[in-house]
Amino acid sequence: MTSTLDDSEKEKARSVSVDLNNDASLLIDIPDALCERDKVKFTVHTKTTLSSFQKPDFSVPRQHEDFIWLHDALVETEDYAGLIIPPAPPKPDFESPREKMHKLGEGEATMTKEEYTKMKQELEAEYLAVFKKTVQVHEVFLQRLSSHPILSKDRNFQIFLEYDQDLSVRRKNAKETFGSFFKNMVKSADEVIISGIKEVDDFFEQEKTFLLDYSSKIKDSTARAEKMTRSHKNVADDYIHISATLNSLSVDDNTALKNIDVGRVASDEELKLTELFRYYMLDIQAAKDLLYRRARALADYENSNKALDKARLKSKDITQAEEHQQQCLQKFDKLSESGKRELTSFKGRRVVAFRKNLIEMSELEIKHAKVSQGAQSSFSFLCLNFFSRNMQ
Amino acid sequence: MAAEMEPPPLGDAGQTDFREIEDGEGFFVSTVTILESPEPSSPDPPSMPAEGISTNGPKQEDISLDDDPEDLFAEATEEVSLDSPEREPILSDGPSPAITPVTPTAMLTPRMGLGTAEMFERSLDELEEDESGDTFDMHIAVSDPEKVGDGMNAYMGYKVTTKTSMTIFSKNETTVRRRFSDFLGLHSKLASRYLHIGYIVPPAPEKSIVGMTKVKVGKEDLSSAEFVEKRRSALERYLMRTVKHPILLKDPDVMMFLESSELPRAVSTQALSGAGILRMVNKAADAVNKMTIKMNESDAWFEEKHQQFENLDLQLRKLHASVECLVCHRKELSVNTASFAKSAAMLGNSEDHTALSRALSQLAEVEEKIDQLHQDQAYADFYLFSELLGDYVRLITAVKGVFDHRMKTWSKWQDTQLLLQKKREAESKLQFANKPDKLQQAQDEIKELEGKVQQGEKDFELISKTIRKEVSRFEKERVKDFKVVIIKYLESLVQTQQQLIKYWEAFLPEAKAIA
Repeated sequence: MTSTLDDSEKEKARSVSVDLNNDASLLIDIPDALCERDKVKFTVHTKTTLSSFQKPDFSVPRQHEDFIWLHDALVETEDYAGLIIPPAPPKPDFESPREKMHKLGEGEATMTKEEYTKMKQELEAEYLAVFKKTVQVHEVFLQRLSSHPILSKDRNFQIFLEYDQDLSVRRKNAKETFGSFFKNMVKSADEVIISGIKEVDDFFEQEKTFLLDYSSKIKDSTARAEKMTRSHKNVADDYIHISATLNSLSVDDNTALKNIDVGRVASDEELKLTELFRYYMLDIQAAKDLLYRRARALADYENSNKALDKARLKSKDITQAEEHQQQCLQKFDKLSESGKRELTSFKGRRVVAFRKNLIEMSELEIKHAKVSQGAQSSFSFLCLNFFSRNMQ
Repeated sequence: MAAEMEPPPLGDAGQTDFREIEDGEGFFVSTVTILESPEPSSPDPPSMPAEGISTNGPKQEDISLDDDPEDLFAEATEEVSLDSPEREPILSDGPSPAITPVTPTAMLTPRMGLGTAEMFERSLDELEEDESGDTFDMHIAVSDPEKVGDGMNAYMGYKVTTKTSMTIFSKNETTVRRRFSDFLGLHSKLASRYLHIGYIVPPAPEKSIVGMTKVKVGKEDLSSAEFVEKRRSALERYLMRTVKHPILLKDPDVMMFLESSELPRAVSTQALSGAGILRMVNKAADAVNKMTIKMNESDAWFEEKHQQFENLDLQLRKLHASVECLVCHRKELSVNTASFAKSAAMLGNSEDHTALSRALSQLAEVEEKIDQLHQDQAYADFYLFSELLGDYVRLITAVKGVFDHRMKTWSKWQDTQLLLQKKREAESKLQFANKPDKLQQAQDEIKELEGKVQQGEKDFELISKTIRKEVSRFEKERVKDFKVVIIKYLESLVQTQQQLIKYWEAFLPEAKAIA
């Protein structure tokens, strides 16, 4: 199924991003995407005035795995150790609507035709919502990169945008993937050790405490928000069943449509609140990663100090040790400096994004409550209608 | 089919109404007519376009079969309106006319059963005139469930309060204590007396071994409290339904139930008693018989009605199942909202940006309030909607039972006729056989059988007539019942939405204040 999102929809869809894609020198968007079975093919469209690109306006097809490759390539670049790398977009997950579609197919025999059609419509809307969501997160990822002063100039990024053939040759082979998995495991072990290192800088000390705490809380909130919106969807589905039964008894057909709105409340709520939380959960993880790298650099620096002291004692390889120590110090300072910058701007960004999304969510809730009021009244009138007339 | 409308005069000076005048957004235009006054004429038909209204087929309520002069529903018409923006100002003007003098929140308190009965009464007082001319003015309340005794012999005692001004009762207000098996005993007496002659006897609430065992064992948890409340409410509805039936009301057992302080223990209602087993055997026998009787239906009305009730039964069961699902999911939603609220509060606490922190805490509070709303709504879903549907599913079983009795009566009549025929044939044979005493015996038998056949025919005609009356009464009641409940349910939904709007509108400035 091909989905083309027009501009107004994209505006709305871009729910968690703030102030991205403003720099006219490099504008990126995903104007459409194709969904084949499990794979989603995104069309990445770039408009640029920069001379580093071969053409001013071009598009390339990309798959989810290409985005992951780009993300990992950035993470592994030493030079960016002091930056918060935007979190990789999550894999497109059509599991939930697909499962529901399956169940619907199985239960088809027990439902009336109208009910089945309506459930199918609901399901299709859900599918579309998942689809839109995944396009949006992929788009935001690219836009974060393009609006970052340093990352936007990355060579791999440019390749990603421009290379007009299949990127799979450049993608990780299986061995490398396994290697990175192992690296992640080591990292989390390191994390534990490093959080024990005494922090010299107040700013970073505070940030570390804050981020560790906030990260676990937001993970929790995200999970519960998801549960809540899922329950909401269940309630909406029930209303569909009920109105369908009533429909099959009375002769009013139009009234059934109204109940779709109840379903939409659920998906809009989800888009705003859950996605906001989920995005920032990932973002905070990225910030934590920065802290980790810096802490690692600090550990390295301290180790190098110790090594230097040892070398001085043994009067062996002193210059080497001194050089190494200098390197470590430099790295550490660089990380600290850029880290501070990144974390401060991150906080600002987060606050702005939360504000925008909370406002939009409240406005949507109000709007939908008003519509639901109508829908539910009409739903009840439908009942009234049914029960007040004898069987047709 | 003109759209008629009646301003609801009940209680209020008839100010509030559901009158909707609206335009073509492709919706049906509707009026909710709440029939109170006996004259069905409409004083001022609104300027409503009639388009789309008459697509729903013949409008008149199918009550015309009844000769009842107080045929209130003869010109009832309803259509459905979907005009949401228009609806708001009207509904927010204060809740439904007259049916609910109680405020909506009070409506949702655990004593709702009591409230419901009251509201029922107040509306029905002015609605229905008893066939005998005595205004139906009765109010029965079941309250104060108290556990009596201990262990497996414990039971719940309920207080039954009857308030009435009707002359057939000795006192204006009586209070007695009854237990569940008393209710079942009453039902079983009424059923054995009236069902087989065609009266629709309201079924008693169902036994529940699991529920009662929990109570007996003394589990003081939420589910057993809920169970007791559910049962109390069901018992109240049962009694009200029973006394609304003009014939049943005058039954001496009913009066004894309501008035006498001591009632002989109804042992035969126990599931495992001799009577219980006998009942089960009878039920099985009946089922078999039903399959074998092929009735020659001469009356199309019965054929049609029978089919209608079969359909209605199916649909109501389905609807009931869906609503129960809704109740369950809504409870789940409430739980999840509460847990999210807590989590958002914690998030707000750990947020270091002050304005955002405050906003998140506010969000948590809003969600908590919404959770409460969901709970209340679930409550309403259940007690208003789901239980009503359950009651009607059982009632329809009773109706079908009555139809079955008619079939049995017919069958008995036919069998007697066949037997008479056989005896006549035998007699004519005996005429030639020259056995005078056998002949006399045969002739006596024939006379007796002729009498029985006549009686059988009379019985059949009587039961048919009774059923017609009962069905029309049932349908009247059904419409009334559902209307009242649906309106209340509608209100609860609307109320919920309004609260939601309020909460979010209060939160919005907080979100905007994040700097």
